[in-house]
Amino acid sequence: MQNKTNSDVRWMGMPALAVGLIVIVAIALFGWQFLLAESELAVLGMVALAAMAGVTLGKTGLQASMSAAMRGHARSMNIAILLALVSVIFLLGQEHFPLLMLTTTLLYMTVAFGLNVQFGLTGMVNFAGASFFGVGAYTAAVLTNHGAVPPLLILVAGGVLSALIGCLLIVPVVRTAGHYSAVVTIAFSVMFKTFLEVNDVLGGPQGLMVGPMKTFGWDFNSSPVFLGLEMSFYVNYALLGAGLAALAFMFVQRLERSWIGLTLDSVRLDETASACFGLNVVRAKVLAFTFGNVLVGVAGALYGMMISFIAPNSFSFSDSLLMVAIVLLGGMGSLWGTALAAVIVVILPEKLQIIQEYRFLLFSVVVILVLLFRPEGLIPRKVRSYFPNWRPE
Amino acid sequence: MDIGLFGQYLANGVMLGTMYALVAVGFTLFFGVLDVIKFSHGDVLMLGSFTGFTVYIGLLSLGIENPWVMIAAILIVSIVTTAMLGAVIARYLVLPLKSAPPLNILLITLMLGTAIREAVRLFYPDGSNPKAFPALLPTASVDLGGFSLRADSVILVAAGVAVIIGLNLVINRTRLGLAIRAVAQDEETAKIMGINYTMIVLVTFAIGSGAAAFAGIMNGLYYNEVNFGMGLLLGLIGFCAAIIGGLGNIYGAILGGFLFAALQTIGAVALPFASAYKDVFAFGVVIALMAWKPTGLIAERSSDRV
Repeated sequence: MQNKTNSDVRWMGMPALAVGLIVIVAIALFGWQFLLAESELAVLGMVALAAMAGVTLGKTGLQASMSAAMRGHARSMNIAILLALVSVIFLLGQEHFPLLMLTTTLLYMTVAFGLNVQFGLTGMVNFAGASFFGVGAYTAAVLTNHGAVPPLLILVAGGVLSALIGCLLIVPVVRTAGHYSAVVTIAFSVMFKTFLEVNDVLGGPQGLMVGPMKTFGWDFNSSPVFLGLEMSFYVNYALLGAGLAALAFMFVQRLERSWIGLTLDSVRLDETASACFGLNVVRAKVLAFTFGNVLVGVAGALYGMMISFIAPNSFSFSDSLLMVAIVLLGGMGSLWGTALAAVIVVILPEKLQIIQEYRFLLFSVVVILVLLFRPEGLIPRKVRSYFPNWRPE
Repeated sequence: MDIGLFGQYLANGVMLGTMYALVAVGFTLFFGVLDVIKFSHGDVLMLGSFTGFTVYIGLLSLGIENPWVMIAAILIVSIVTTAMLGAVIARYLVLPLKSAPPLNILLITLMLGTAIREAVRLFYPDGSNPKAFPALLPTASVDLGGFSLRADSVILVAAGVAVIIGLNLVINRTRLGLAIRAVAQDEETAKIMGINYTMIVLVTFAIGSGAAAFAGIMNGLYYNEVNFGMGLLLGLIGFCAAIIGGLGNIYGAILGGFLFAALQTIGAVALPFASAYKDVFAFGVVIALMAWKPTGLIAERSSDRV
């Protein structure tokens, strides 16, 4: 995959791969310290530092070098990122709360990857993200309480059920366009939460307990011992969450690069023209909607098992909006952008307790500003290149 | 079911229908002139009723207690405030995005709605708790064979229907209405004919938002309560009503509003399961209707399906 233009991009005299690895290590160290930071002042300082570093380094051409590294050495970079993530998890080892935050971020990332396929690639906005997340979580609750289903299968079941419930919406979503299709998912989102609140079998407004994840005799709620140290049990969930997010990333990236992704793109850009060129618009939409919902449902099931207690209030319309905000903030269709936005949207309010209360207000204002002044998002998606080894420079 | 109970539900349904229709008319007006959905409509409505509530507190502290004076003041202040807000939203958030993908406007106004809702919750004094809206209308009632028809309900429905009819007359019989319809039909031609396009768009948004404020005050007077979250559900219902009626069609909006109220009422009384499911039932039927008639019961004029 190496090609000439990539190795030509240098930053401060270093080849792209070295720059990429240094950046990954820097980000991992920063993330580790950021998750551990206690005082609000320290957190604010670190946010300012990160923003400043991002802007100034961006000006010196670091971005070009990074994207050259991602393109030219995709495999090494991805492995490095995964390793960095796992090391951060082990470095945080005994800290319950930072690990919980990290795992929540990873799961929201998975959700946002799923929504990205629907929204960023195919142009179908799903305003019921939190509902499908809730379908997964409630599936996990019911299955762990009432049966001897192996928990790993429960994750799958969460995805499958979420897809099945999505199928109820498929006919109206696919037949309608634009605003009309938005109303279908919005109505579903409100309907789902009301349903959970009035349904006694599913615990009503009080919610349900969810059993823990257990697989091959490995109980996720017991603390693992690593190098003689007793770790927080969240390490288990963080590792599984990291695996899930990585898997989701891989799937979505492969999907985007395939002919299916091309079809989805063309459906988003012009449905009528796509149909004229013989693309099956309905099939593309059904595929994107179902695929996205499966990812959201699986993430929801793991989330339910991790926090071990779920209530309808976690799956409200506002939460769905927050998920849509992640996709928009990151840049529609841009996976790295989505990952960055998930980190900002999930971790920032948790770390800055001052803004915790104001988070919906804050993020809605931020999204308004993004839509007005930078509609392509934080890390805009690159234009697709149509010839395998040809890269626009 | 005895006739008295039936009457009660009917009265309640008509009341809700009028309210929903008022909200839906706003959605349909905005869609008519600009082909956009302004989802902050419900929260503008909520802001209108909070403005009304604030006026009421202010008047009380001034020592004015005549209910009719109060109602007049509440209505005027809140309708004018929200009308201006509507125009400001149109000017600074909707018009700049006119050439962007249509979903961006839906999203920006959705987020604006969230911002308004959260701002009221956080910054209005004790905003996170429901407020007791005063019962200013006479509550005398007439007994009609088993159910009592209250004067305030009759006045509210009559006023609501009068506003809807008034709006319809404005749209169909005045020069302003002619200009609005011209802009809705063809922006370019309307401009060539000397219509001040921006002005008409702003006025339309002002009218729609004013109607929402009226619905908000109606809602407050009827339930004697306002809270920061009321706009979300009312806005959503208004949106659904406008959509199932068929966007851009004022009769469709009215039809949709009453249809949704009827669905809720049927869901509450006629169906075997608990009345708590009435919203689930109503939204479920809306989703099913969308599957059956993708562009509403009274369909839009053009279509580019393949």
